[in-house]
Amino acid sequence: MKYAYFPGCCDHTSAREYDISTRAVCRELGIELVEIPDWNCCGSTPGHSTSHLLGVALAARNLALVAEMGLEECTASCAACYQRLAMANVEMQSNKKLCDKVNWVTGKPYHGGVRVKSILEIISGLQPEQISSRLVKPLDNLKTAVYYGCLMVRPKAVQVDDPENPLVMDHLLQAAGAETIDWCSKTECCGASLAISNEDVVLKLTGKILAEATRAGADCIVTACPLCHFNLDMRQKKINQVFGTGYRLPVFYFTQLIGLAIGISPDDLSFNTHFVDTRKVLELVG
Amino acid sequence: MPAINLTASLNDNFDFIMHVSKESGQPVEQCYQCGKCTAGCPIAFAMDFSPHRVLRMVQLGLKERVLQSQAIWLCACCSTCTSRCPRNVDLAQVMDCLRGLARREGIPLEDRARDIAMFYDCFLNTVKDNGKLYELGMMLNYNLKTRQFFKNADTGLAMFTRSKIKFLPAKNKNHRDVRQIFQRVKELEEKTK
Amino acid sequence: MRIGVFVCWCGSNIGGVVDVPRVAVEAARFPHVAHSVDYKYTCSEPGQKMIVDAIKEHKLDRVVVASCSPRLHEPTFRQTIARAGLNPYLLEMVNIREQCSWVHAKEPDKATAKAIDLVRMAVAKAALLEPLFEGAIPVTKKALVVGGGIAGIQAALDIADAGHKVILVEREPTIGGKMVMLDKTFPTLDCSACISTPKMVAVAQHPNIELVTYAEVTAVSGYIGNFSVTIKQKARYVDHASCTGCGTCWEKCPKKVPGEFNQYLDNRKAIYIPFPQAVPNKPCIDAANCRLLNGQKCGVCAKVCPAGAIDYEQKDEYRQVEVGAIVMATGYDLFNWAQAYGEYGYGKFPDVITGLQFERLVNASGPTGGKIVRPSDGKEPQNVVFIKCVGSRDEAKGKAYCSRACCLYTAKHAHQVLEKIPGSRAFVFYMDVRTPGKAYEEFYQRTVNEGARYIRGRVSKISRLGDKLLVRGADTLLGSQVEIEADLVVLATAMVPAENSRELARTIGFTTDQDGFFQEAHPKLRPVEANTAGIFLAGTCQGPKDIPDTVAQASAAAVKVCALFAKQEIATNPMIAEVNETHCQGCLLCRDVCPFKAIEAKTISDKAHGTVKTRPVARVNAGLCQGCGSCTASCRSGAIDLKGFSNEQIASAVKAFLCC
Repeated sequence: MKYAYFPGCCDHTSAREYDISTRAVCRELGIELVEIPDWNCCGSTPGHSTSHLLGVALAARNLALVAEMGLEECTASCAACYQRLAMANVEMQSNKKLCDKVNWVTGKPYHGGVRVKSILEIISGLQPEQISSRLVKPLDNLKTAVYYGCLMVRPKAVQVDDPENPLVMDHLLQAAGAETIDWCSKTECCGASLAISNEDVVLKLTGKILAEATRAGADCIVTACPLCHFNLDMRQKKINQVFGTGYRLPVFYFTQLIGLAIGISPDDLSFNTHFVDTRKVLELVG
Repeated sequence: MPAINLTASLNDNFDFIMHVSKESGQPVEQCYQCGKCTAGCPIAFAMDFSPHRVLRMVQLGLKERVLQSQAIWLCACCSTCTSRCPRNVDLAQVMDCLRGLARREGIPLEDRARDIAMFYDCFLNTVKDNGKLYELGMMLNYNLKTRQFFKNADTGLAMFTRSKIKFLPAKNKNHRDVRQIFQRVKELEEKTK
Repeated sequence: MRIGVFVCWCGSNIGGVVDVPRVAVEAARFPHVAHSVDYKYTCSEPGQKMIVDAIKEHKLDRVVVASCSPRLHEPTFRQTIARAGLNPYLLEMVNIREQCSWVHAKEPDKATAKAIDLVRMAVAKAALLEPLFEGAIPVTKKALVVGGGIAGIQAALDIADAGHKVILVEREPTIGGKMVMLDKTFPTLDCSACISTPKMVAVAQHPNIELVTYAEVTAVSGYIGNFSVTIKQKARYVDHASCTGCGTCWEKCPKKVPGEFNQYLDNRKAIYIPFPQAVPNKPCIDAANCRLLNGQKCGVCAKVCPAGAIDYEQKDEYRQVEVGAIVMATGYDLFNWAQAYGEYGYGKFPDVITGLQFERLVNASGPTGGKIVRPSDGKEPQNVVFIKCVGSRDEAKGKAYCSRACCLYTAKHAHQVLEKIPGSRAFVFYMDVRTPGKAYEEFYQRTVNEGARYIRGRVSKISRLGDKLLVRGADTLLGSQVEIEADLVVLATAMVPAENSRELARTIGFTTDQDGFFQEAHPKLRPVEANTAGIFLAGTCQGPKDIPDTVAQASAAAVKVCALFAKQEIATNPMIAEVNETHCQGCLLCRDVCPFKAIEAKTISDKAHGTVKTRPVARVNAGLCQGCGSCTASCRSGAIDLKGFSNEQIASAVKAFLCC
């Protein structure tokens, strides 16, 4: 299995845990990731919010690069990058006029043909025994609140799973031995990119998600999106300050926990760069 | 609130309604104002007009009012509205289209909307220059523009200690390609304006 | 030959788009046309008189009417020309409304050109029309009613009271349908069971009605006046002739099954009667859940039955009945909301229930004896939220249509909450309140006056909040989000056609609409007839409706049946297939493609050169042929032709179009 890999702009910075753990887990599971040479930013929310054309064009250039690589499938770990690439792919294939315009803009003609998958889809597409047979450190005592956020389950054209009650990530963690709790904020929005400009809004939304996860008895939150991760992990301290709460919920990328379960060392999964201390979870897993 | 003259607004802004329908690809006239979008919107509490009202303003051609609203900028693009709309209207796309229109028409923005637009600019500027996002550059620029020089400084420090911040941008080999994308988009949009 | 052409304006329906006078002028130049005029409303009395007069004055021998669909007015104009002494089948209709002006409203020039072409084709075909003559077939004066809800009950009683025999077939073990499950009925609040159970008993006791429950129609052949119907009597495993309905068996049966009648709010047994007033009042065994029938050790019911009526060896039985008319009354099911609405919990919250479940909860004969309680913990709810249009008016997750009865039953439910639970609150989320019925608006206002809070907006999400449910909606009038901590949520789910109704329509041979409801022959003028002759529609199988409309439609269907039965014979359609035996090769491909099984093989003998040879040819059964034309299209030697639509006539029309 060989995929063109789009690491996203935060791969070495705010989302380094995700990139590191994704590469480590894929290596272990025999999924070959080939980084797209000379990829560019997908434009994220600022891109399509400023101009629809700009948003599609920034993403489409990367798809053209994948086609040049001669690969049919491309994946992104970051949920936002995934959504942008996948949406651009849908639009380029269904809207001929737009496609022509975009191809002129990028100067790199792309006419479809690449399949965009999130890394979650790829890993969860493995046979369950491919994970369960490799379990070194099953996550037996761990109660996880699996948090999907928005970008992987909406809109319909690119959804990885059901937008109201997605289960793919739950099943993956269950295969790794963890318990996944039933909670009602699975696909609620964390406020994402509003954080920089309107932090108060994001603190409120993120606070609700932490409250729900705590109420449901979770030991940690598991996500597949750097924006969610950043808001839940880095801003947790601020939330506690503003609302007078005392949350200490570690927030993981699902790849970190899968990696842990199949025997990759916590240091190689970047457990030590979190804002909320992750040692509690390591102790629980044993 | 003074009465809205609907004959005038529909006469004057019929093009606007058609434009939003066409550019967003959404059948705005389909909306029957059930408010399910508003009901599920995570940001509605902070908006000046709730999402269903944004769409209503489009239906009635209240162009200035809707383009000046805070709501279209506060939309977090989570698409919860879209996924639950019983009329198959992708409101998130409509919001996108309205933001783009507000920028191109040079609508003066205030409060939250101004900050959000400014953040988007700072973000995209680093992409334009480097081909990729340069987080530190974006933050410094944003603080400069919003005159909050030490905003998020504590965050920056914490990020630094976890080696989550890079002082220099990771430059794309072909950042000229990306610059060209920005230029050509601008060119095309000025032509159609 | 002298052909008359009459081009109709249909007011502005055609005249607003097509240049009608021009069409008439152009038509005057076509071959054989002796007279061509336009007229505002050709179907009106003066319009018809104009045609009669023109036939006489201009000695016309063929008539072309360019107007609406022949499905609407072909019978009208056939009678018109017959009054002038012409054979009624010397008429050719051109549809320049549905197939021209309505679909090309924005292109008047092209529409006019198309109308002229269509008339040209019709004139060419009309020149080749031959007089046709109707035959007569006898009528079997016995009706089949499919479905024993209030629609089927009413239709059966009305037909039987008129003196005709009726067979009423019901799929479930009892008749009564959905109505008997309801508590009180809007807007009068009379008890549903009290007004429907006497009708159920009347059906059982009526000398003209044969009641066949736990049975299904599996095949239908024949045609109006002469249907042959196969009925499958499902095995009950109880001999109803000896069973006394004493109830010992279902008391002792050890196997509990979630009960349909109480909408799964409690259990019934594997041997059961659905409810105490069931008709017939004798049990059957649910084979899927019976221990013994699934290879486990049991046999309790047989051991305790004092009448020895239990028969585990019983098999499904098939029987054949002959009837002259069929009334479809198969009713509705509720939209499966739990599959579609993840935002309302996909059915995993026990305190989110349907309106029909609420009916059972509030019903004195229901599982709680009429006490409104939460299914989760049996506690009385204080804050009850009603959500309307769940699956209705929702193209994305459900159906585009309005289910018509929900506004009123929800008002009734809110009234019942406020009446039965002191200090309670009822919240109704709505988009529109639709009350077009006698005393309906007054009933809704009464509920509002009693304190029900109507909130205009859809609910976006229901989530668990401790032992309560957090309902997040919007009040679009306020322009604000609203939240309610609810104890119970009741969903007004859409009405959808009863399970398998599409298949049943196919079996019997008539059409359904895009949503699977049975298609009426004309939405306004023939609302209780299917588009296959001799089949009539009653109640919600045709589309969502409430009880008053259902009963009215059932009686209307019954009258249609009685009108049919008032005749000794009915005329047959002469536009059927005909075999030219000289040309027929006997390949019988036509027999294979005929959807009505109207073609059979017959052997004929030819005399040639003094010897006699026999060979097979196709033969058309005039009673069964519906004139669909499939056979003519399949015939390689062109030996089979459809009268009124012969190959020659159609070719002539096509030629007129191509060679103009």
